[in-house]
Amino acid sequence: MSTRTFGARVERNIDPKLLRGEGAFVDDIPLTDALHAAFLRSPIARARIRKIDVSAARNYPGVAAVYTCNDIGPLDMAMPLLIPHPSMKNPKTQRPLARGEVYYVGQTIAMVVAVDRYTAEDAAALIEVEYEHLSVEMDLKEALRDGAPLVHADVPNNLAAHFIQISGDPDGAFARAEHFTRIEVQVDRSTAAPMECRAVAARWDAVSGELTVWDGTQAPISVRGGLASIFQLDEDKVRVIAPDVGGGFGQKVLLFYPDELLVPMAAMQLSRPVKYIEDRRENFIGSSQERTQIHAIELAALKTGEVLGLRDSFLHDTGAFIPYGIAVAQVASTSIAGPYRIPNIWVEFKAVYTPTVQVTPYRGCGRPQACFAIERAMDQLAEELNIDRVEIRRRNFISEKEFPYPREGLLFADGLKVTLDSGQYGRALDMAVEALGGAKFRAQQETARAEGKYLGLGLACYVEGTGLGPYEGGHIRVHPITGKVYVNTGLSTQGQGHDTVFAQIVADQVGVAPADVIVVEGDTKAFDWGVATFASRGAVVSGNAIHKAAVTVRQKILEAAANMLEADIDTIELHDSAAWIKGSNRFVPLAAIATASNPLRYAFNEAAQAATQFAPASKHDGPALGEGQSPGIEATEYYSPPASTWAYGVHAAIVEVDPQLCTVKIQKYVCIHDCGNMINPMIVEGQVCGGIAQGIGGALYEKLEYQPDGNLANASLMDFLVPYATEIPPVSILHLETPSPLNPLGVKGVGEAGCIAVGAVVASGVEDALKPLGPIKFRHVPLTPRMLSEALEAIGH
Amino acid sequence: MRRTAIRPAIPERSDDPRVEVTLTVNGQAVRRTVSVRMLLSDFLRHELGLTGTHVGCEHGVCGCCTVHIDGKAGRSCLTFAVQANGCHIRTIEDVADDDGALHPIQQAFKECHALQCGFCTPGMVMNILSRFEEREPLDLSEDGIRDMLSGNLCRCTGYINIIAAVRRAAELLGRA
Amino acid sequence: MKPPLFAYRAPKTLDEAIKFLASDADAMVLAGGQSLVPAMNFRVASPSMLVDIQHVEGLKGIAVEGGTIVIKAMTRHRELELDPHVRRANPLIAEIMAHVAHVPIRNRGTVVGSLCHADPSAEMPLLFVLLDGTLTAAGPGGTRHIPAAEFFQSFLTTARQQDEIVVEARLPVLPERAGWAFDEVTRRHGDYALVGVGCVLELDDSGRARNVQLAACGISDRPVRLKAAEAALNGTSLATANLDAAALASADAVTQTDDMNTSMSYRRRVLGALIRRLVAIAAQRAGGGSRQ
Repeated sequence: MSTRTFGARVERNIDPKLLRGEGAFVDDIPLTDALHAAFLRSPIARARIRKIDVSAARNYPGVAAVYTCNDIGPLDMAMPLLIPHPSMKNPKTQRPLARGEVYYVGQTIAMVVAVDRYTAEDAAALIEVEYEHLSVEMDLKEALRDGAPLVHADVPNNLAAHFIQISGDPDGAFARAEHFTRIEVQVDRSTAAPMECRAVAARWDAVSGELTVWDGTQAPISVRGGLASIFQLDEDKVRVIAPDVGGGFGQKVLLFYPDELLVPMAAMQLSRPVKYIEDRRENFIGSSQERTQIHAIELAALKTGEVLGLRDSFLHDTGAFIPYGIAVAQVASTSIAGPYRIPNIWVEFKAVYTPTVQVTPYRGCGRPQACFAIERAMDQLAEELNIDRVEIRRRNFISEKEFPYPREGLLFADGLKVTLDSGQYGRALDMAVEALGGAKFRAQQETARAEGKYLGLGLACYVEGTGLGPYEGGHIRVHPITGKVYVNTGLSTQGQGHDTVFAQIVADQVGVAPADVIVVEGDTKAFDWGVATFASRGAVVSGNAIHKAAVTVRQKILEAAANMLEADIDTIELHDSAAWIKGSNRFVPLAAIATASNPLRYAFNEAAQAATQFAPASKHDGPALGEGQSPGIEATEYYSPPASTWAYGVHAAIVEVDPQLCTVKIQKYVCIHDCGNMINPMIVEGQVCGGIAQGIGGALYEKLEYQPDGNLANASLMDFLVPYATEIPPVSILHLETPSPLNPLGVKGVGEAGCIAVGAVVASGVEDALKPLGPIKFRHVPLTPRMLSEALEAIGH
Repeated sequence: MRRTAIRPAIPERSDDPRVEVTLTVNGQAVRRTVSVRMLLSDFLRHELGLTGTHVGCEHGVCGCCTVHIDGKAGRSCLTFAVQANGCHIRTIEDVADDDGALHPIQQAFKECHALQCGFCTPGMVMNILSRFEEREPLDLSEDGIRDMLSGNLCRCTGYINIIAAVRRAAELLGRA
Repeated sequence: MKPPLFAYRAPKTLDEAIKFLASDADAMVLAGGQSLVPAMNFRVASPSMLVDIQHVEGLKGIAVEGGTIVIKAMTRHRELELDPHVRRANPLIAEIMAHVAHVPIRNRGTVVGSLCHADPSAEMPLLFVLLDGTLTAAGPGGTRHIPAAEFFQSFLTTARQQDEIVVEARLPVLPERAGWAFDEVTRRHGDYALVGVGCVLELDDSGRARNVQLAACGISDRPVRLKAAEAALNGTSLATANLDAAALASADAVTQTDDMNTSMSYRRRVLGALIRRLVAIAAQRAGGGSRQ
């Protein structure tokens, strides 16, 4: 008998291979004769390039070619603006190799291709560039002032985009309110820092006219479309493969990075495969970053604590270019009211150019910043009104009977109106409080204070719009000989376990073990309709597409089996890789059904022979394939979500602060989250836990330190503090499953969930811990020992 | 696109002085001639084709490149191949059985969902294996395991499941 | 991040090694490589020659003899950390070493290498300054012994000449009745110390402190003996007022200016807090009861 695997903690199919070191990451793929690329990157944030001399580099032994902007023909162009939006005045994207000016430390100026990376780096160091330094303004607020040094000469005040969204009647709400709370909060810049840096390899087959590109990307289909267009090749002559990818977290969904265009170009010109394996320093100064926002948020409330309206005006640092448009700021804007009713919202952002690495989504994509703002504001409101902070949240939560709850006037990243569809916010809050001991914590806190220890309780709630469109597809084919089930979709995986999660969906429909479902994705040759893996959408969009295809395949199997077993279709059940007549021991294996469904003339092996003993092959009068019938057991279906489906959660933690050493230790962290039906709770927990660790990084450790001159001072893992295991506390994850009403599987996305609320949890916990010492507020993350020290000194401790 | 271009003449290799490197890798004697500055990580991956050892930072912080050098965990990115002359190197490829059956540490990782993208995993496993092979008693407390794992960065899992996997591995190996 | 080219030498004798170093002003010693190779991969260090001393005879081993612990040049951190004789002779060593980076780094990096690298936030230089260790350098002109106090001159700068090799380092055995303590504040576990403090002291029969040794790392361009603090503690009963006085007296020793991680005022705060806590712990351990 088979057990239902949807919802089960199934171990991953892919693990043995990865554990044995048999993964195939881009740099693992053997490419005979490959040449290696290295870049000369700008050491200066803003400068005019007066002169470039590559002659010494070109003559260096082992160098095949050196390219500047003058050597790349039609690729010398501003790279595509991926997501246009009217709020952007004069959107700027970078060129593959700088022409005339550089705009950030790390910008690519020249590419060297050589016999190995060591040699390429030697040669790059020999390129002579004459720079004329230009002044820079690194401060976000200063950058907007008249007279501030401009990143782009034709973008006044460095204002990249300005956008206001209004929901309800905020002016009216503010007029009616009895109490106002206003705070300013700041989140500092971080970076995804995946363990595998970016990587691109390309091989041009001049005989077949085919370009193959291996790219550690989250968007192989989109990359393929772009490459075909830019190189003027037919799409079916361009194959993009995202093989095993060592973490993405959003950084790898951007296209194009300069190397993604230049490496294929070099491969085509040099008639040799070319590889570019980004190193860690380059990842810090060349690959996308995110997080810097400064919010001035104001809540208008009644004395009961009910929040009538919200105004938020924030600055968003977009770096030197804006290729991904306003997505991060837009997601932040539409998440600003969190899980609260707050029916009247005015949210404005100004995206500001700074001479730094460009900002594109990093896990969370603006939600952490918005959550930090609203949650810190709610805490402040609670304090000012003398209402318990748990209670004030309860009073403002959207209740279950209010769903679906629209926020007219707020358009999410998919261009559709924000509508929170389902959830049990109050229950999640109760669970979080209870998980940390409820009222008992206060007693614990008192006892600790008597011993000179400072414990605090941190708490925050979040919502997460997930599963946005436009669509994804699923293709399923049952192999005619082995009966194994092959599944394709247009995503790629960077560790999310698609190979197992999608297998579980199919296994239940088709009656096989998940281990016998082979998921092949990340290859445009396998499937090439789709978008990418990002924004917590894989399970929702591809999952449902694959489910639809599985339902279709199931129906085909049942029909074929009924025919072969000469039984009524209602008496057939599928399990253990076969179709059975219920209550009997008559069955036909899935492999045989698949073989039989492909009318053969030649029985080339036993399986093919065995198939002919059943009905279809012999019992027909007329064509072997009926009108509208296809050979094989196969289906392709698509799922296009009607709107995003909103997941949510409540996080809480007990922190201990040492006011003398100014250190913060998280003793225990709990997370209550709801992503609807869970396909594989083990994988869901893994995603949440990974997100929490990144959230802890952002709360206490991770800050990219740009100096006043634009240099990045901590461009290494030594100085940019990604947490080790020692920095992560015990984490307890509790699930609520409120099925999404928006899709057949009832799932919501969860990829980004873990990192959203952590900053607010930690800041509120530290405040709670230090309350006995004075009214210190923490509204800036990461919260560093130095910040703690200065705050304590300011109140005389 | 027309096929008229003559393939450019590109040198076979760089002008780097080359050295002979003789060592044992996963029990096999290996002798190669490579550039004097070739890092052991690149030697293992590209000269020997053992790509299970990964490169994450090349400054010794992330631990992805961890192998065993003369029986002890060490960073292959901070070692020159020529420094490894005469040494015994053990990589992730040597940990599972010949027929692919997982070592208990690997088995524990699978059971506990202690890997996601798999990039840090070989380094994690080699580090943990090295500690289990040391004669020092294992501290399997919450803090003790965290201390054991500090020095290996993981960006996907958040470490909780890796901590559970170490405990599980200790059970499987009778070290609990 | 690939290293630049260098000439590689693997001498078998000390004389050979010294000759290679002397032959090239940009030649450097390669021992464990855990500090040097990252610098080379970042291309902030470009030695024209590496003299790999791992095969040089006579540079391996640890000996505990006549009240002294002798650590040879190629002794890895982890070897010293786990040596049972050293643990008995001076338990402070293993305790401090647990804070040095992470085990895989300690498996390869050498104690002497860390001393010669002389990072002011590193634990090994602190240990040697705290305990008045000595280093023995061998060069073309012969051998000389350099006390730790003179060895560390400035940021990444020591008294070792470019053509000298430090062949061994010596630390004293800890007296039976001595108490010891060490702690540091770091951002993450295993990182360089923002501030680290080590303390060794004894108590006389009336419970008063004597032979107090206190040192700190991370507060200046080299590890610092906190002489003023020691003076404020010697002969006292280590009451709160005495600890406060010691903390106050040490404030001037903080000369490291603000950087992206910390400010001077933060370092002073932490230094004072660590002195108070660690002196108390060392006092508890004094009297011989805490030794294995």
